[in-house]
Amino acid sequence: MREKSYRNAIRETLYQEMGRDPDIILIGEDVAGGAQSEGTKNGPKKGGEEDAWGGPMGVTKGLIGEYGKQRVLDAPISEAAFIGAAIGAAAAGLRPVTELMFNDFLGVCCDQIVNQAAKYHYMFGGQDTIPLTIRTTMGAGLRISAQHSQSLHSVFTHFAGLKVALPSTPYEAKGLLTTAIRDNDPVIFCEHKMLYRMREDVPDESYSIPFGEARFVMDGEDVTIVAFSRMVHVATDAAKILAKQGIKCTVIDPRTTSPLDTESIFDSVDETGRLVIVDEGGPRCGIASDISAMVADEVFHALKAPIKCVTPPYALIPAAPNLEDLYVPDAAKVVAAVLGIMDA
Amino acid sequence: MNNNQSQLLWAYRTMQTIRMFEERMHEVFTTGEVPGFVHLYAGQEACAVGVCANLADVDYFHITHRAHGPAIARGADVTAVALEIYCRADGLCRGRGGSAHLHDAAKKIIGANSGVGSGAALACGSALATRHRGDGGIAVALVGEGGANQGVVSEALNLASVWKLPVVFVFENNGYAEATSADYAIAGGNLSARASGFAMPEAIVDGSDYFAVSASFAKAAERARAGGGPSFLEVRNLRMFGHYEGDAQKYRPPGEVADYRENKDCLKLFRAKVTSENWLDAAELDTIDQDVAKLIDAAYETARNAPLPDPEELMHSVFATEC
Repeated sequence: MREKSYRNAIRETLYQEMGRDPDIILIGEDVAGGAQSEGTKNGPKKGGEEDAWGGPMGVTKGLIGEYGKQRVLDAPISEAAFIGAAIGAAAAGLRPVTELMFNDFLGVCCDQIVNQAAKYHYMFGGQDTIPLTIRTTMGAGLRISAQHSQSLHSVFTHFAGLKVALPSTPYEAKGLLTTAIRDNDPVIFCEHKMLYRMREDVPDESYSIPFGEARFVMDGEDVTIVAFSRMVHVATDAAKILAKQGIKCTVIDPRTTSPLDTESIFDSVDETGRLVIVDEGGPRCGIASDISAMVADEVFHALKAPIKCVTPPYALIPAAPNLEDLYVPDAAKVVAAVLGIMDA
Repeated sequence: MNNNQSQLLWAYRTMQTIRMFEERMHEVFTTGEVPGFVHLYAGQEACAVGVCANLADVDYFHITHRAHGPAIARGADVTAVALEIYCRADGLCRGRGGSAHLHDAAKKIIGANSGVGSGAALACGSALATRHRGDGGIAVALVGEGGANQGVVSEALNLASVWKLPVVFVFENNGYAEATSADYAIAGGNLSARASGFAMPEAIVDGSDYFAVSASFAKAAERARAGGGPSFLEVRNLRMFGHYEGDAQKYRPPGEVADYRENKDCLKLFRAKVTSENWLDAAELDTIDQDVAKLIDAAYETARNAPLPDPEELMHSVFATEC
């Protein structure tokens, strides 16, 4: 057990899983960081494989040195082709892990993910499986505007056949990525870019965290707060502030939106009678409104107050730091939402 | 290319099976007993059969929405194909895919794909897998000239060349993308001219000539197997029916299909060639025609009378790993 960053926990998982299973290959833009290239017409490149930068997030750094060019493949900027290829390779018996640099780039490979990967197993009568992990980054905070900052987990969740994981800490990232890679369905693994530097103790050995089993981050009898990814920390900060005012919150991190552990959410709301959902995705047709609808359907009788969703506004993500900070939910907004339903 | 007698008999039987299967589908579709859309392959048989004549068990064959012919060419059970088109429980895909999504994993017939062009990308993946295993296999992507205009196809051509994958891209140019003619939609009018931009060899082949398709494909397959990378074939043919059944085909010049049936029918040309060369005897071919007619009767009869999937099938295998 050592303290590791979220980034290094993910890299360690890739390293360990690739060592365990020779059919795991990595595909993505710069996953080898240009190490595939022998150089250019202007001469040989400076560095060797050990200098490969491992992508803009640096998550895959060093893996080509360990596992070689046949298993760590730099791809041209052609998400449709290389994710399509990863699907084809998965159907043909490999276990690819691809990197979609930003989840916003779903826009250029949507057909591959939603019409090929998600439907392949079912539409062809269960003949083949698609053991594919698509690692991608989500979330605002880097001041990089509307095309690189979205949180699209709800969009992916819409498509039956896809699984969607949102690790909220380094420990979670390692356990959930292990499960994602070993799972026989296509998994969208959403890494929050503002969490890459978060550090905590993470076991050195391999372990897996099952999909569809929520994590109870805090226990309290007054209100249930469900939050995903980075918002788990926002919700926890809010719960700590509220605790000082005598309001005790249960904070639930469902870990995956597909499958979703509705049972844990329902049971908790049954006990607390109040629900706040905190999510960084947009407010319309999202996981927050989805959970709200399910709770209203199933445990309406237990509710003492209206369900509240704390999400960004129905707007785009601006680059200006002050505006981006306004866009993303923070602890103050969660505290206000909870206080708003405590009198009921 | 292997022109021995058994290979020639196989080719004729397979092309005739596809033709009779599709002619029958054309008839029965009007009754309303076949769910969904069907896209018929009649007129294009020499393409799929010429390709499959050169495939080994380890090879992957990615097919299109015009799926019946290519699936049969690669050896899918004709009754299982009919059952799937009728969306029956015992169809190739348990009745979930229907006509445009035939898939037979055991035969490596990969996902007839109704998002046209995607097969080109998926084929890069099966080529990666076969190279990873070192089993000497190749992948073939069958793409229509309409699908060729999808961006993913250009991406896949580049990727295959960059990664030097064992893939053969077979672009079947049947003249029309639905109603839009290739002359209009292919800039410059020459699809295969695109190959040089992706650093791969190309060939234009007469799709009514089984021997031409087979010889040309064999060369491309050999290059792929030897590690030489991808190739680009453009096979020119016409479909004898509409884009789908029910298509009034007002976009065609008058007499186009009649002329094609008269002068460019791959079955007629094959028969003329093998009998004039004394490779096969006309009587043998007649016997095949009779056998195939019986096979088609039986396949349709079975499909028509078979049960639809059970209701619980709706939720079966949405996921492979249950959580």
